[in-house]
Amino acid sequence: MKVKVLAFGIAKDIFGSSSTAVELSGEATVEALRTALEMQYPRLKQLSSFMIAVNDEYAEAGQELAPEDEVAIIPPVSGG
Amino acid sequence: MSPTCGGIDVFIGTVRNATKGKAVLRLEFEAYGKMALKEMQKIAEEAQAKWPIEKILLHHRTGVLQVGEVPVIIAVAAAHRDAAFDACRYIIDTLKQTVPIWKKEIFEDGEVWVAAHP
Repeated sequence: MKVKVLAFGIAKDIFGSSSTAVELSGEATVEALRTALEMQYPRLKQLSSFMIAVNDEYAEAGQELAPEDEVAIIPPVSGG
Repeated sequence: MSPTCGGIDVFIGTVRNATKGKAVLRLEFEAYGKMALKEMQKIAEEAQAKWPIEKILLHHRTGVLQVGEVPVIIAVAAAHRDAAFDACRYIIDTLKQTVPIWKKEIFEDGEVWVAAHP
């Protein structure tokens, strides 16, 4: 399944774009997406952490992804 | 303001001119708008459930901010000050942990996304 991933903050710099596409061959879970993102963009592993949001909600590792989901990578937040 | 409230606690965040002794020229804020509003709403509801507070204001800017400008304002009105102080503190502390807003510090010799790296 091809997953479009929106990017913000330092993730936008790492992707070189405000979004990227990742192909998930096996099961389409948040955890599988995390692994695929880290392989495609090794610099992500240098971040102190990052979360993944699905449809504007922080997602759990085991959550399944559906084609119509809006998916975003959330690097460490720094509002305020 | 509300006739049943005895106090309003307001937190106003302002852009500082330095970080760890290094001069900051300006800050640039970016948000994942839809989700940021959703998380801010959650925080307000959590505060309302935790403390006897009546009114909450939660405001955050995005874009470029100069030194001295105001990126965030939080105000809490309550019958008594304890609840207002505690809730206001809870809201700003939680906002900084969960709301998808990002701050980039611009220096003379470069820029840094705050909290991105260990």
